[in-house]
Amino acid sequence: MIELSALLTPLIILIVLLLAAAWSTWLERRLLGIWQDRLGPNRVGPFGLLQVIADMIKIFTKEDWIPPFADKALFIIAPMILMIMTLLGFAIIPFSPDIQIVEFDNALLFVLALSSLSVYSIMLAGFSSNSKYALLGAMRTAAQMLSYEVFMGLALMGVVVIAGSFSLNEIVAAQSDYWFILSQPLGFLLFLFAGVAESHRAPFDLPEAETEIVAGFHTEYASMKFGMFFIGEYLGVIFISALITTLYFGGWQGPMLPPIIWFMLKTALFVMFFILLRAAIPRPRYDQLMSFGWSVLLPLALLNLLLTAVWQLTLGF
Amino acid sequence: MSIFTQEVSAKNGQSGNIKQMLTLEMLPELKSLLSDSVEQQKCIDGILTLWIDKIELIPALKLLKTMPQPFDLLLDLYGVDERLRLDRDKLPAQDFTLVYQLCSISRNQDIRLKVALANDQADIPSITAFWPSANWYEREAWDMFGIVFNDHPNLYRLLLPPTFKGHPLRKEFPCRATETEAFSLDDERLAIEQEALKFDPKRWGMEQSNKDNDYLFLNLGPNHPSVHGVFRIALQLDGEHIINSVPDIGYHHRGAEKIAERQTWHGFIPYTDRIDYLGGVMNNFPYILAIEQLANIQVSARVKCIRVMLAECFRILSHMLFFGTFAQDVGQLSPIFYLFIDREKLFGIIEAITGARMHPSWFRIGGLAQDLPKGWDTMMQEFVDEFPKKLDEYEVMVMQNSILKRRSIGIGQYNTQEALDWNITGAGLRATGLEWDLRKARPYSGYENYDFEVPTGHKGDAYDRCQLRVEEMRQSVKIIQQCINNMPEGEVKADHPLTTPPSQRSKHDIETLIQHFLNVSWGPVMPKGESCFAVEATKGVNAYTIISDGSNTSYRTRIRTPSFAHLQMIPKMAKGLMVADLIVILASIDFVMADVDR
Repeated sequence: MIELSALLTPLIILIVLLLAAAWSTWLERRLLGIWQDRLGPNRVGPFGLLQVIADMIKIFTKEDWIPPFADKALFIIAPMILMIMTLLGFAIIPFSPDIQIVEFDNALLFVLALSSLSVYSIMLAGFSSNSKYALLGAMRTAAQMLSYEVFMGLALMGVVVIAGSFSLNEIVAAQSDYWFILSQPLGFLLFLFAGVAESHRAPFDLPEAETEIVAGFHTEYASMKFGMFFIGEYLGVIFISALITTLYFGGWQGPMLPPIIWFMLKTALFVMFFILLRAAIPRPRYDQLMSFGWSVLLPLALLNLLLTAVWQLTLGF
Repeated sequence: MSIFTQEVSAKNGQSGNIKQMLTLEMLPELKSLLSDSVEQQKCIDGILTLWIDKIELIPALKLLKTMPQPFDLLLDLYGVDERLRLDRDKLPAQDFTLVYQLCSISRNQDIRLKVALANDQADIPSITAFWPSANWYEREAWDMFGIVFNDHPNLYRLLLPPTFKGHPLRKEFPCRATETEAFSLDDERLAIEQEALKFDPKRWGMEQSNKDNDYLFLNLGPNHPSVHGVFRIALQLDGEHIINSVPDIGYHHRGAEKIAERQTWHGFIPYTDRIDYLGGVMNNFPYILAIEQLANIQVSARVKCIRVMLAECFRILSHMLFFGTFAQDVGQLSPIFYLFIDREKLFGIIEAITGARMHPSWFRIGGLAQDLPKGWDTMMQEFVDEFPKKLDEYEVMVMQNSILKRRSIGIGQYNTQEALDWNITGAGLRATGLEWDLRKARPYSGYENYDFEVPTGHKGDAYDRCQLRVEEMRQSVKIIQQCINNMPEGEVKADHPLTTPPSQRSKHDIETLIQHFLNVSWGPVMPKGESCFAVEATKGVNAYTIISDGSNTSYRTRIRTPSFAHLQMIPKMAKGLMVADLIVILASIDFVMADVDR
């Protein structure tokens, strides 16, 4: 029995996640529609909910075209890396006290390692496409993701210092009295910035800024390989939202409702916040984003870490 | 000596366009430079027109550009094929004419220099060395007429494809595809075309590499999300930094000037709508005014007022789209949708008045297609009341956004002198701080009776150009409000035999009926003459120069569009910046490719 549930839980989580990512495309289009005084997809099924199915049929039946000038092997592998890395990340998220695939002590380091690896996906996609727009996109991605990972890691350290652990379960447990958003507001903001940049969503969507470099790194991609980047992006958004929930908003904790519902509600709220950001804010220039990171976020992250450590040493114990 | 292409009445047509007529006596420096035998042509538009020898061209232009109160704007440069002209006996013997139309901001006057050229020795010195904006104009003249400019740095095809044979604005070139052999693309031809498409940096004036590394050549367009139509820019990049950029136009060329030579005067009106396809009736305006000036047709105050009102509506419509796409190109996703919703409302009013939305073709020679419908004023008033409030909101949303400010302030900056050198007009010129708006400077169609301001910027960067247009929308609303309040009564078609259709009398007796029939089917015959009329269009100065040799079609229609000149400045503006900045620059210029390529 134990073995069966050990197999079933990841499978169910996987399916739920993929569906959630697919439907968050619908959510995004509907919400953008509302905020932009228009309708959004509302024709297929109730509230346009089945639009996702229609899109899937479309994307699966499109010609799976690989440009003749592309490096075929890398071209195919690249979107897979993104999907795998993003999905692996969910393994360590405690969705509720009982639902978690792997529980281990260095979970946060694992998260950082995975997000470093997913840079490869985009870089390889850009380079293997052998196209100039894809190359520019890949160049931007490499710079953006590598530098924002630094701030992300540093922002997280505040939480680690307070909770005294890299384990997500212990971090959630440490928030039983108060959520870390209260003690780590600056850390939260920094993590949010870095999270948006890591998932390369608007306004930090420079790797795929459509008005500048067409579609950036996935310009040459079509069919389901494009679909994997597409879904991968939404998975990334959900992942960052889930991390924010876990690290700063008490994870699954909450009164009355079952833990899993709390977790889903909180995560959904941040997914919607990501969408709102896209509707509201223009895109900074690539070098402005970089200098913002290194000259504003980095000192602030270090300051946050320092203050947290001082706080913890003088008052915490 | 003075020559007349037609009997000119002293009162200078209807335009009142330029307050004081320029005479050669007012330019003593020029008079002493030119030989005594300089021929002066009296044109109906009152612009001083001098026939000069091609040896005198460069000194004369240099003098005009540098004299006190200079003629600093090379407003237009175009060729005319004179060989089939019916009234050519009154002009100097020649095959081609090159026309240089200069404008002086400080004098508020124009001057036209004409150079007569014979077909077999049609070579003339290029003026690009001291007038950079002449580059494309000279290339266009070569493209269209085969006039060779000596020492031109880059005399290649501009609007037509590199493999094109012939010079289409020459009179012997067929106007319709049916007059030529059917087009076929065999393998041999395909190979030639493919070869011509190959990108050779040298041919575009770009280096392949410097001593350290090779450059990246990026082909931005002709299909790219933010080039607003079919426009191509070849970029020479070092990383994302632009070393050099070369705009490539012509993908939207439809030969509007050639078409004008085969359509009747009346029948060409719908074609003008599609020149600046966001400008709607604003394009009809200079064309109709040029014809009315030529034929000395006076229109009623009501016509003038309605024309102004609709033109201002289209200025708002065009600026709205500009404003939305500017925000979108900087990465702000939402404003374009809000602005499209407001545009739809205004288009609804345009549709109620004219029956069409983007291309009403509603102005007529001597008036309008119809009178205003009942209830137009309530609809218009509703818009005038609502829109400024919304515009305030949008302005906060877009112009106050700190990211957008960082992206656009100081980007694509130029000063007034550079703007004039590069033939920039409209908001692009006013953003440098120069108040130059033809509605104020040379009021037409009754603009002198309206109370409005001409907003100016001071830095001349992308942000100023956008901010300025927001302010212009407010001023346009102000003008529309005055139109609503003071709409005069009167006829919407002048009682003149050359208007189509003529007045109601045509229904009563056979003579006027025949005249009406001919005027509609064959088209009116306009008197001989040359007439230029410039208006402040949505994107800058739009001028139509019409040459009539007394026929039912124009002998030559020259369309001077603002966007054509503006794109030429892109390399200068983008040098040393990044690709993302180029996008902001493109967005801030507000061009329409049909307006560039015609």
